[in-house]
Amino acid sequence: MNWQPNKHLHTFHGGIHPPENKQQSTRAAIETTLLPSKLILPLQQHIGQQAKTLVQVGDQVLKGQMIAEPNGYVSAAVHAPTSGTVTAIEAHALPHPSGLSEQCIIIEPDGKDEWTQLTPVVDYQQLAKADLLQHISDAGITGLGGAGFPTAVKLNPSEDLPINTLILNAAECEPYITADDMLMREHAAEVITGLQIMAHILQPEKCLIGIEVNKPEAIAALQHAVDELQLTELITIERIPVKYPSGGEKQLIQILTGMEVPNGGIPADIGMVCHNVGTAVAVSRAIIKGEPLISRITTITGEAVSRQGNIEVLLGTPIDTLLAHFGVKQDKLHRLVMGGPMMGFTLDDVSLPVVKATNCILAATRKELPDPAPEQACIRCGMCAEACPASLLPQQLYWFSKSREFDKALSHNLLDCIECGACSYVCPSNIPLVQYYRFAKGEIRIEEHERTASDHARQRFEARTARLEQEEAEKEAKRQARAEAAAAAKKAKEAASDSNDDKAIDPKAAVVQAALERAKARKAKKAAETATGEVADDTPSKQPAVDKDTPKLSAVERAKARKAARAAEQGNEQTTDKAAKKGGLSALEKAKAKRAQQADGSKPSEQPESSSKAEKKGPSALERAKAKRAAEGEQLTNSDTAAVDNTEPAKAMSALEKAKAKRAAQSSDAESTAAAAAPVSALERAKAKRAEQAQQSPSEPAAEEKKQLSALERAKLKRAQAADNEASVETSAASTTDRPDSADKKPMSALERAKAKRAEQAMQDAAEDSAADTENRD
Amino acid sequence: MSLLRVSSPHMTRPGNTGDVMLLVIMATLPGLAMLTWFFGWGTFINILWASLVAIGCEALIVALRGRPVRHYLRDYSAILTAVLLGLSLPPLAPWWLTLIAVSFAIIVAKHLYGGIGQNPFNPAMVGYALVLIAFPVEMTSWLAPQTLSITPGQSMGFIDALFAIFPFLSKISLSVSVETFDAVTMATPLDAFKHKGALTAEEFWSTELIVSTVSWKAWQLVSIGFLVGGIYLIYRKIFTWHIPVSMLAALGIMSLIFWSTDPSNYAYPELHLLGGATMLGAFFIATDPVTAATSIKGKLYYGAGIGILVYLIRNWGNYPDAIAFAVLLMNFVAPLIDHYTQPRTYGHKSTK
Repeated sequence: MNWQPNKHLHTFHGGIHPPENKQQSTRAAIETTLLPSKLILPLQQHIGQQAKTLVQVGDQVLKGQMIAEPNGYVSAAVHAPTSGTVTAIEAHALPHPSGLSEQCIIIEPDGKDEWTQLTPVVDYQQLAKADLLQHISDAGITGLGGAGFPTAVKLNPSEDLPINTLILNAAECEPYITADDMLMREHAAEVITGLQIMAHILQPEKCLIGIEVNKPEAIAALQHAVDELQLTELITIERIPVKYPSGGEKQLIQILTGMEVPNGGIPADIGMVCHNVGTAVAVSRAIIKGEPLISRITTITGEAVSRQGNIEVLLGTPIDTLLAHFGVKQDKLHRLVMGGPMMGFTLDDVSLPVVKATNCILAATRKELPDPAPEQACIRCGMCAEACPASLLPQQLYWFSKSREFDKALSHNLLDCIECGACSYVCPSNIPLVQYYRFAKGEIRIEEHERTASDHARQRFEARTARLEQEEAEKEAKRQARAEAAAAAKKAKEAASDSNDDKAIDPKAAVVQAALERAKARKAKKAAETATGEVADDTPSKQPAVDKDTPKLSAVERAKARKAARAAEQGNEQTTDKAAKKGGLSALEKAKAKRAQQADGSKPSEQPESSSKAEKKGPSALERAKAKRAAEGEQLTNSDTAAVDNTEPAKAMSALEKAKAKRAAQSSDAESTAAAAAPVSALERAKAKRAEQAQQSPSEPAAEEKKQLSALERAKLKRAQAADNEASVETSAASTTDRPDSADKKPMSALERAKAKRAEQAMQDAAEDSAADTENRD
Repeated sequence: MSLLRVSSPHMTRPGNTGDVMLLVIMATLPGLAMLTWFFGWGTFINILWASLVAIGCEALIVALRGRPVRHYLRDYSAILTAVLLGLSLPPLAPWWLTLIAVSFAIIVAKHLYGGIGQNPFNPAMVGYALVLIAFPVEMTSWLAPQTLSITPGQSMGFIDALFAIFPFLSKISLSVSVETFDAVTMATPLDAFKHKGALTAEEFWSTELIVSTVSWKAWQLVSIGFLVGGIYLIYRKIFTWHIPVSMLAALGIMSLIFWSTDPSNYAYPELHLLGGATMLGAFFIATDPVTAATSIKGKLYYGAGIGILVYLIRNWGNYPDAIAFAVLLMNFVAPLIDHYTQPRTYGHKSTK
């Protein structure tokens, strides 16, 4: 057989050739007999969500029993590696570069090694893809190459990414590690079966096994298995040159296919999926035998152990047990590395457990892995750039990282660094380059986080400022509108008094009088007449009503008069607003419109009650608004022809107008609703009550009644009150009616609160305006 | 047992900056041997003297900066600067000339910019340029190749060279027979060619006998010595081939173009490539990584820039040789080149 690399392969930029140190641990077969006295099973042995515990302290568990289930899609189950008792579920230090502690399930084996009921798949070819994936997920399989990504997720790429090549990563390029090598030598058939199952799931056009030529036994074993299973059509074993880091997923893909995983993408983007050989074996066992992932093959090597080799070790086995088993020389052990010497991380605690990603424990002496040499200055020799498999410029990245010029580091694609360590390895100045990159990446991540946070804060602030400005502008616009309306109303009144007889003066006088009294009771009764009688009618029909009531000099009259005056004001306000709006709809106006619509939408119950609207109620808020406005227009026309010189707004309404109309309509609705008087709804009660209250004293709260009201009604009530107060001459009255409102505020929704606020605002404005009005009239 | 918490990688290739510098110093030996063979011990003594000055200056400044002196001296970068300067200066350059050049190189060009790795300009060339501008007479009198010189009595021994460089030594040591030694100086082939006056190239080669035969041969061999050393360094992966090759190619192509259009006015390419300091410059000066461009493409541009500038200055500038100025000018440009020649990173469509 020929152990030269295949000729047709591609290559990747850079790479290094560190001493392999693989012979030490391949002399003996894989050991299997080691049952520790305690197993520590972290819930987080994978990338993704931490698993959810299924057992409690004191539970008896069987070998292979699921003791923690996946929590979400990207997560992995944990199983009991042997039978025994759960003695604790507590935080324990994890074998992770961070050295942090996480929740672990501690099991004390009972020594019986009793299996739980397993459910092997009889014929996986007959099983649906989803069921197979579920089996794999249930078996708690994660990538065994090192990263530990849940395998079922990786085997389930999105539908729009068809997979044409399934790659089995057998490169094992890191020095010292031989776990995959030994696995392939001894379990080649399972490797191929696992690959076959994965191929069944993914349906690729071809399967490639990338293996470095320094593993001739493994290559032979795999080839044998492929031949035996007659899979030569599907599976090709590619012998690749020995070069670190050819086992990097991106690098292996480049070697085998010449293609590059696009920046920020995943292999599936170019139709590829890459799995480790160990993962393939785990998949095979999960499907064929029904066994979950409860053990893995780990290399124990380094000069600080008296014998080096590979062992199929139960997950959760404490590393000190493992080291003791291989005869650790405590006095010589200087650096304990999990993983290889290039990308592994040091452990400072031997009680840490073996996890799913633990492919190697390197117990090195000081001589073997000497302490880092003193860092010298970078002379930009460029050896790092020669070695970089990602074609970066490590020397530049180093300068940028050191000087905290992270934007430049990013523009030099710092984030594409795979931290393989090739640059540090070749650096003649012994600069720990990868550490600098990790630092820079961390800083960039923090900066990004802070930027996002401050962006959010800024957005919130800007939104708030905008809202406040809008409210301010709204207020201002209203104020102005009212001032004009007041002037117009005054003029209109004068005109009306001129054209009509002196009866028209009576209401005016009444208003002035009422201003002091603040008797809002007018509304209930007055509305009863106006709404029932004249809403659909024309001017003449109203006029008599006024005539009829005037002599009584009751609150009703006064109220009516008030209403007339107010209607005039409203009408004018509308015109002014419309004119203002013509310059273009500002966001403010749109917001107003929206709010008006919302307000409308929030009280659909009002619709049927409103007699004036009943015939006109449209399906949409818009239509309703229109309808309302139309109704209002009528009302306005009815109430005071002379004052209402703005009948034309009825046609061609913009959103703004509609909104305005709505708001105006709401206030008039309130009246007309009350006026209808027929349905004895809570609303009316409220109205009536308010009328009473107004008669007695405007400041007296009718709390018990209000409580009964629904939020909607309360809101309405408030608006009605506001409308009431609009007519108020006394600002003091406005401020006192304020109080019951605030007592009421709590149960209201934000919308209603906003409405209430606006109502109050309107009330205040109106009070001022009408005060001015009154003065003018006087 | 105390376990270390160390970030990966845990393995590094043995060696340090000092090893790299030493290797480069060793690689200058063939060229130095040729220089010594043809021009006597002058260059050798220059290098020793320059190294002493360099170590002194380096130690002084590092101590002043409060850094560990031994640690910095052991990177041998100061000695390499001294060696390169010693090789560049005329063999019998007076001691004070070397002193000025080296101390300026180390103190100003290197340490004032932050020491090793921080200097934007090649220190050796800064020192060289300084004395070239300040002391043109001393700098342009190169020895005639002595081994092949006609009169054996004029052959110059180590002591003679020493006394020539340090004239005061001859006064102190009375034991040595004081013998006034008139060194035969002459221009380098490039210098001679530049000042050939109204002669055509053909006339120049026929009249300037010494230049055309003896001196020319000596210079060719010296250049080949540096070439050998340079190829060795490429073999040892101390630097890549890109800068020297692109520089030599640019210079060769430039001279070829001009020579082929007007052979009577322009020297042929061989004179440019093997005469003067071209090879020393291409393999030992231009490749100084600190001040050169870093990416592969950048190195090609950088080398070509030096080659073109060398040719321009040699033909139309005031100086017969131009390595120092060309390198310094390209040092200015190197960061810009770096900015525009980032390599395409894995998985990225194109460079920015």
